[in-house]
Amino acid sequence: MSSMQTVSHGSVFFSLVNRDIKLAWSQGGGSLLAIGFFFIAVSLFPFGIGPEPQVLARIAPGVIWVVALLSSVVSLDRLYQADYEDGSLDDLALSPLGMLGVATAKVLAHWFSTTLPLALAAPALGILLNLPDNAYGPLVASLLIGTPALSLIGSVGAALTVAVRRGGVLMFLLILPLYVPTLIFGVGAVDAAVTMTDPLPHLALLGATTLIAFVVGLFASVAALNLAME
Amino acid sequence: MHRFANPAQFNRLADVVLPWAIGLTVLLSVAGLYYALFSSPPDYQQGESVRVMYVHVPAAWMGMFVYMVMAAASFTALVWRHPLALLAGKAAAPIGAIFTALALITGMLWGKPMWGTYWVWDGRLTSVLVQFFLYLGYMALWQAMEDEEKAGRAASILALVGVVNIPIIKFSVDWWSTLHQPASVMRLDGPTIDGAMLVPLFLMAAAYQAYFVVVFLWRMKLEINNRKLSVMRQASLQNTETQMEVAG
Amino acid sequence: MTEFLDMGGYAAFVWTAYGLSASALVWLLVSSRRKLTASVVAVDAARARRKGDN
Repeated sequence: MSSMQTVSHGSVFFSLVNRDIKLAWSQGGGSLLAIGFFFIAVSLFPFGIGPEPQVLARIAPGVIWVVALLSSVVSLDRLYQADYEDGSLDDLALSPLGMLGVATAKVLAHWFSTTLPLALAAPALGILLNLPDNAYGPLVASLLIGTPALSLIGSVGAALTVAVRRGGVLMFLLILPLYVPTLIFGVGAVDAAVTMTDPLPHLALLGATTLIAFVVGLFASVAALNLAME
Repeated sequence: MHRFANPAQFNRLADVVLPWAIGLTVLLSVAGLYYALFSSPPDYQQGESVRVMYVHVPAAWMGMFVYMVMAAASFTALVWRHPLALLAGKAAAPIGAIFTALALITGMLWGKPMWGTYWVWDGRLTSVLVQFFLYLGYMALWQAMEDEEKAGRAASILALVGVVNIPIIKFSVDWWSTLHQPASVMRLDGPTIDGAMLVPLFLMAAAYQAYFVVVFLWRMKLEINNRKLSVMRQASLQNTETQMEVAG
Repeated sequence: MTEFLDMGGYAAFVWTAYGLSASALVWLLVSSRRKLTASVVAVDAARARRKGDN
């Protein structure tokens, strides 16, 4: 019996993940916008700072990471809001998944559809910014480890502002300060490679941050969503 | 715990504490300022600029302390649904935000003569800056929703997430700045503080603490009154509605 | 006296720090007190109106 239930839980869970990924990539979905924003914002930096290859190489890790943070927030404001407004978040919460399952599915879908593609697109931006050859590995590794934290922490901000009309700017204010540790350890790993030191300690700390974000982020998202549904 | 849940009882307690707190604030401020500005020696290295420390360090301590008060109130509000706890967090936040802003600004004014620059991205300044942003987020969330109860509980969730984050942020920024800072910038820590400087420092810190108690209790009473007003307004609205139904 | 005001050449920093701290804290104190007084008046007025209604 319990195995039957697990199967049905699993299928509901994955159909929700699947639906959200499809929505994110369909017309009007947030993923393409976020990736477009990522490319355009990064390519503004050479105009602002100047085209000297050494200077660009020096700032490349930081620029790519900071713009990745901003791009992930850009795509977050619809994470829960659409389902909240049309009432389907209510139904989902009452389904066997529960609010924790819903939040987990939504975060997973956001990571897979939006922040993971940012990680995969980053090397192309590294080329534009003259990133040294040996830094590409750490760049992608740090983004792969760090982007789940972006989705998880972002989910808290999206859940807290779900009932707020025009809550987008407020969400930026809430989320960005919480991104600081992820940013620091992520850039640290890439910088270490640029300066020929070991990026592994940075990646380990980044992983720890993501694990903490996993626990705190889901817990706080569920609390905030339950509050909004009352 | 729920002994103070009753607003009337809280008000009575506040009215007992307030005169003492006001008196202490005045006394400690006068004594603290006297020691800070007149009766303490200039530092042998920093000269008279060390006097900025007596308004800077207590403000930084209070910024931290008030955040803890706010977080404890938020926790109480979320877990035990204590009716006054939400209001306590709301009352504390602006005070903490002002202390934190003052810590940042006076830190800059101390940094210029000491380090030759208003701002360095060192661990302390940066984590205080992030703490200031968390205060802003907490207050903005209170403002963002019409339902006070919901707004307050959403803000409380943020305050608690911030509590988990502040040590992580502090650690990450400290660790980051040791990688980036040349070691010569700051030599504050350690036993270089002269005993004569501790007197004004602790007097000012105590004055700030007493000041916090005064303003916090006033703002609590203010929030309780506002809550009363909105309850009364709702009651009178319902009254007119029933009257209209009867008339119709 | 001028020596005291000069603060060993650091007058601009020391006095700005004390001035800003004092004005911000006094402002918060006064504005909190004012709002409290206004709210007490409003509560009393609402109570009086209520008694009038009944």
